[in-house]
Amino acid sequence: MEIFAQQIINGLTAGSVYALVALGYTMVYGIIQLINFAHGEVVMIGGMVALTVITTLVGMGLPLPPIVLVLAGIIAAIPICMAIGYLLERAAYRPLRHAPRLAPLITAIGMSIVLQQVALLIWGRDPKAFPQIMENQSFAIGGASITSVQIAIILMSVVIMAALTWFVYRTRFGIAIRATAEDVRVAALMGVDANRTIAATFVIGAGLAAVAGVMYGTYYGITHYTMGFMLGLKAFSAAVLGGIGNLAGAMLGGILLGLVEALGAGYIGEFTDLCRWPLVDGLLVERCANGGNVVLFGSNYQDVFAFMVLILVLVFRPSGLLGERVSERA
Amino acid sequence: MSTKKWFGLALVVLALLALPLVLTSVGTAWVRITNLAILFVFLALGLNIVVGMAGLLDLGYIAFFAVGAYVYALLASPHFGLHLPFWIILPLGALFAGMAGAILGAPTLRLRGDYLAIVTLGFGEIVRIFMNNLSQPFNITNGPKGITLIDGLNVAGMNFTATHTLFGIPFTGPAKYYYVLLILLTLVIVVNLRLQKSRIGRAWVAIREDELAAKAAGINTRNMKLLAFAMGASFGGTAGGMFAAMQGFVSPESFILHESILVLAMVVLGGMGNVWGVLAGAMLLSFVPEFLRYTVEPVQQMLFGKLLVDPEVLRMLIFGGALVLTMRFRPAGLWPESRHKLEMNEEK
Repeated sequence: MEIFAQQIINGLTAGSVYALVALGYTMVYGIIQLINFAHGEVVMIGGMVALTVITTLVGMGLPLPPIVLVLAGIIAAIPICMAIGYLLERAAYRPLRHAPRLAPLITAIGMSIVLQQVALLIWGRDPKAFPQIMENQSFAIGGASITSVQIAIILMSVVIMAALTWFVYRTRFGIAIRATAEDVRVAALMGVDANRTIAATFVIGAGLAAVAGVMYGTYYGITHYTMGFMLGLKAFSAAVLGGIGNLAGAMLGGILLGLVEALGAGYIGEFTDLCRWPLVDGLLVERCANGGNVVLFGSNYQDVFAFMVLILVLVFRPSGLLGERVSERA
Repeated sequence: MSTKKWFGLALVVLALLALPLVLTSVGTAWVRITNLAILFVFLALGLNIVVGMAGLLDLGYIAFFAVGAYVYALLASPHFGLHLPFWIILPLGALFAGMAGAILGAPTLRLRGDYLAIVTLGFGEIVRIFMNNLSQPFNITNGPKGITLIDGLNVAGMNFTATHTLFGIPFTGPAKYYYVLLILLTLVIVVNLRLQKSRIGRAWVAIREDELAAKAAGINTRNMKLLAFAMGASFGGTAGGMFAAMQGFVSPESFILHESILVLAMVVLGGMGNVWGVLAGAMLLSFVPEFLRYTVEPVQQMLFGKLLVDPEVLRMLIFGGALVLTMRFRPAGLWPESRHKLEMNEEK
């Protein structure tokens, strides 16, 4: 039971990060039906920029409280990521808006490779460790423990998601975004500047990605130039799980995916331990003796879960949990 | 064909036959590089069936290459003590890869193309995770260490790893592989060209351009897409088997996402759907980085006194940039297929 509670907490934390990244995918998809492959790379760059800023500040030896350091990292990462998001839209996607669907997908992949290599040039090939700035206090909840970093990540993503929901549903600009997502041409007839709205969607998504990148870095304590790839893949799976194009869906999908992954990784070793299976037991007596175990799939298969979820959703409910629109559009 | 054409063809064939002898005199390394380039042409032509002809974006293509390579490696190495002959394993690898393609395609091909793209991307990664981890608790793939001492090809008692002398000309191992690859490549090109004009090929193009209309015209779109996927995958599997035989060593590291992107870049740059364009694209993207490898380092050393940009990074930048710039300025590729050109330049 303790493992269960602990994995729930870990899953919620990872899920909050996935949710923030998934929002970026889902917003862009909702408005121009494009999978922004380079989104994961924007997250990575956010983490890298914050790392550089925090390391520099720590190196200067100023007596700054950790929260200020992290905030400085976030504040530096957001505009840079937003600029990249804007550039991506302008340089790679806007010129191809009316091209066949395959074209912008291919540019997106190209941009993602270019961003990765640029990050490699700037920050090097080795994983970079985030400086230990917060003394990681943990609090006990029902046998499990939650750290201050985890609390901060969960709270912060809740606040950001609430703010985003307010923005999209209550402001003029939010209405413009939703109108463009509904129908670009009609929205334009109503006086919405489609180009500006689409660019803004990319920029907002990139801003969320920056925050997610910093969270990821502080939580796992490490950043690497390839980290955006898996993270992006998982977040996209989360967006599809929730119903792509749907904001609430992305949040729900992110959290659910985090939970599935954490619980899966926590229990898969136990479930696939052949020594616990009565049937096979006889064949493996030697290896099972003295409390030994023969684990088929250990927690190193964690990354497979997101993918399994993606396939299952696509097979059984392609529109996702909260999506209404069937994704088949000619 | 006219006499002139025959003469030209004979000249090309002669040049291709003499190539390894010329390259050997420059350095055996260049024969190996050429062999790898041919292997990549092979891969690019396989992916061309999927992406170019049927218009299905497959981002995990290298996984099928990996399946073929591992099938070969497991059945012809001391790892399991199996040493089956290549004419059994190569088709087996192709079969397994094709099956993997069909299994992956079945749940996703009903959906829109971009879902397929991301699922294949994930699939490529999953295959790599499995290759990396299937050493526990039963050692199947030997994990990240990979499988070594794989048997080379062995045709009629002639071992491909040794050097043979024929008519006073020494033929090294790589040179012999070159000829095998050349034969295979010719076969693949012929199959590709015939496919393009066949009923199946035309069905693929119809699906690529308008799936709804293709369906209305009586094409079983799902089966056709599945066929494209499986066929492309089996090409990848065959190439993988050859790769394992040539290198004598496979490890998960050879099958990362970057390789999938590289093959895709070859297809896109050359001209999706056009066999000769893809061939040229693959050759270009195989050789240019090799030349860079030999020039970038010395030039940087000379200019800055140290290595600023790793050739490997430059290589990836070229591939990424090629994808973006091709789509932006020549969406149908450098040597476009005439039909595709119409499609990519049309405004919707």
